[in-house]
Amino acid sequence: MDFFVNWVSVVPQFAVPFALATLGLIICERSGVLNLGAEGFMLVGAMIGAGATLVTGSPHLSLVLAALSAGTLSLLFGFLVITLRVNQVISGLTMVFFAQGFTTLVSTKMNWTNKAFEGIGKIDFGPLADIPLVGRLLFDQDIVVYITILIFIVVAFAFERTEQGLRIRAVGENPEAADAAGVSVVMNRYFAVFIGCMLVGLAGAYMSVVVSKIWVDGMSGGRGWIAIALVIFARWRFWPALAGAALFGCVEALIPRIAAVGLQVPQYFVLMLPYVATLTVMVWASLGKNSSGAPGALGKPFVREERN
Amino acid sequence: MPPTSVVGQLDPAVKNTAGFVLELRNIVKTFGTFTALDDVNFNLKRGEVHALLGENGAGKSTLMNIVCGLYAADSGERLHEGEPVWISNPREAHALGIGMVHQHYKLVKPFSALENIQLENGSGPYRTSLNRIRQKATEISKIIGFEVDLDLPVEQLSISEQQRVEILKILTADARIIILDEPTAVLTDMEAENMFTAMRSLAATGCSVVFVTHKLREAFSFADRITVMRGGKTINTVLPNQLDVTELTTLIVGETVVESVNRSKNIGDPKITLNEISMKRNNGVNAITDLSFQVRSGEIYGIAGIGGNGQNELVAILSGLRKIDTGSIELNDVGRVENATPIELRDLGIVCIHSDRETYGLAYGLNIAENFSISGVLAGEFGSYIKVKHKLIHEATELAIEAYDVRGVRTLNQKAGLLSGGNAQKLVIAREFSREPSIVVAHSPCRGLDVRASSAVHEYLLKARDRGGAVVLISEDLDEILLMSDRIGVMSGGAIVAEFDAPANRNEIGKSMTGHG
Repeated sequence: MDFFVNWVSVVPQFAVPFALATLGLIICERSGVLNLGAEGFMLVGAMIGAGATLVTGSPHLSLVLAALSAGTLSLLFGFLVITLRVNQVISGLTMVFFAQGFTTLVSTKMNWTNKAFEGIGKIDFGPLADIPLVGRLLFDQDIVVYITILIFIVVAFAFERTEQGLRIRAVGENPEAADAAGVSVVMNRYFAVFIGCMLVGLAGAYMSVVVSKIWVDGMSGGRGWIAIALVIFARWRFWPALAGAALFGCVEALIPRIAAVGLQVPQYFVLMLPYVATLTVMVWASLGKNSSGAPGALGKPFVREERN
Repeated sequence: MPPTSVVGQLDPAVKNTAGFVLELRNIVKTFGTFTALDDVNFNLKRGEVHALLGENGAGKSTLMNIVCGLYAADSGERLHEGEPVWISNPREAHALGIGMVHQHYKLVKPFSALENIQLENGSGPYRTSLNRIRQKATEISKIIGFEVDLDLPVEQLSISEQQRVEILKILTADARIIILDEPTAVLTDMEAENMFTAMRSLAATGCSVVFVTHKLREAFSFADRITVMRGGKTINTVLPNQLDVTELTTLIVGETVVESVNRSKNIGDPKITLNEISMKRNNGVNAITDLSFQVRSGEIYGIAGIGGNGQNELVAILSGLRKIDTGSIELNDVGRVENATPIELRDLGIVCIHSDRETYGLAYGLNIAENFSISGVLAGEFGSYIKVKHKLIHEATELAIEAYDVRGVRTLNQKAGLLSGGNAQKLVIAREFSREPSIVVAHSPCRGLDVRASSAVHEYLLKARDRGGAVVLISEDLDEILLMSDRIGVMSGGAIVAEFDAPANRNEIGKSMTGHG
């Protein structure tokens, strides 16, 4: 029982990076821009989050700065794929390789690598955390966990119940129709890419500022790629994405615990678990309904005056 | 209709009622090196229904796209209510009360009709705006007699309902200049008539309606004035009662191309027999249900019907791309062929001209010689498996493009995608007919072609027939079916529901198409 409570109570902090990154990608992709650069935006967020905490001393401010810097980098990505209409797959991959080199370079030069700091701790709800079973899951978490839930609610509401949401969905499903209706495809795509990548950056910053409280090169460890798989698993919908993130949080939280209870499993097999889980959910998702749920114009650059 | 309707209330501030609501002067538009519009003039009166008539590629749609702000003109003047305006995007066109229904509807398919209308007209708080738009759209649809379920996703609506959503969308935006690009291309005669009746009642309230068409009959029946375009120029603006069909045709094509009926004189034995074939779609619904027909040698069997009644599936079956679930297909001198692969069917002399040239007809990224020789290479006509003889290919291709009058070929190494629609289709026909097929299946072979290219395609079909071949002509264009066919079958719900011997009565066919026969 203790094993179970301990396990479940740490799931949120493993799930939050997946949840935020997946949400960010969905926002981006619902506007029709395929974003394979998630890993890169997470790295930038993580590095800036750690660096800003070391420099400013305020981890909360650092989260904001990290999100903004990932958003700024996304404008470069947006310029490539929206304005210049470069192939979205290539551009996304380029962002990853660029971010890997960039974060290593900057953090080494600034001497931010492998430096521990205090970061953000858990919120103290006093006796509430002592409620049996669910007490620690619900009331022994850091502030970002709660904010993540709030962001999901806000984004889901904005997409379904606001004019702006309607526009982003329209631009992603049928940009020609949106354009003819007087909706700017370019502006709405930039907006969605910016907001989406800010969330992906925040996911990265959470890992460095809140979870590990240190910056290590390449610390996102493939979670950006898993988030891309989660988007497909969730069929580009918000709440299934949150559920998928929780599922992967469970798997990741399990890894250190398997060894701790004395199970003799090879270390590399354990580390492989998230990727096995990714493969499994992808197969499972493809066996489901016929339609993938992908936005109609995903990955297709928009040109107004194209003669065929 | 009450004059106080929400649609097209006359703005008392506008004094200029006698002048033109819209005038275009000396409009020029180029795409790269191609001049789409060359010094075009056009004007539109208040309360008129105006037909913009011309062949495909004459520049009609380009001109209207400029009016609605999708394209920017290179030069020229635009006057709206006598005032010079510069429209650089669709939103500015909306503000001037210009709305356009495009040939390929600009609807977001998964959205409901209401959301689509909201996308164009939304303002203020979302919920309030949705309610306001629902009210306004319902009111307008009552006035002009359009019944549409606003809450269904657009993809579940029929084509004519989707068009109604498009029209409601621009009327909800208070459009007073309504542009319809090829509005009847996908409608039945009956639906088209209803649509024009609604447009007429709109015009009566002071709105101006422009419809783009290449069908003379429509321009004659429904327009107050007709502007003719040819080769990127406006030729003339005329009244429908000033000219007869031949004169108007001459204006459109620059010379008289009138295709005459040419019935077969030599109908022989049955060539191909389809016997109660059925096929399910991937979702388990029947696409083809107990469909039977027979085509004899020296005969063109026309299949009329509204698109989406199983025509695509029928062509896929006849070309071997899909297999039937039950029934049989027999060739008179071969036997049953329902399990034959596409290559086997080709070797048996069955060729298909698909309606979707880009997917099934040509590889646009390959060059003309490669596109022409592909089936011959497979058959070993141009060398062996290991070595293909390019010289033979080039010689054969040159002969073929000469024989089939494929124009616009600068070099044989030019990509096939650079050919215009008509010439690309001629290239397909050159390839398919070079092997003297005994059975030809042609699916909308003239889709997107102008009058002259169409008549050339028709001539090749007639030649194939007169050689003793059997031709199946599937088309949504009833005029084409009536002109070409020796016998006509009507396809509806995946079956042939009626058959007529030529000459057939247009109305009878129309009725059985819609299931009112």
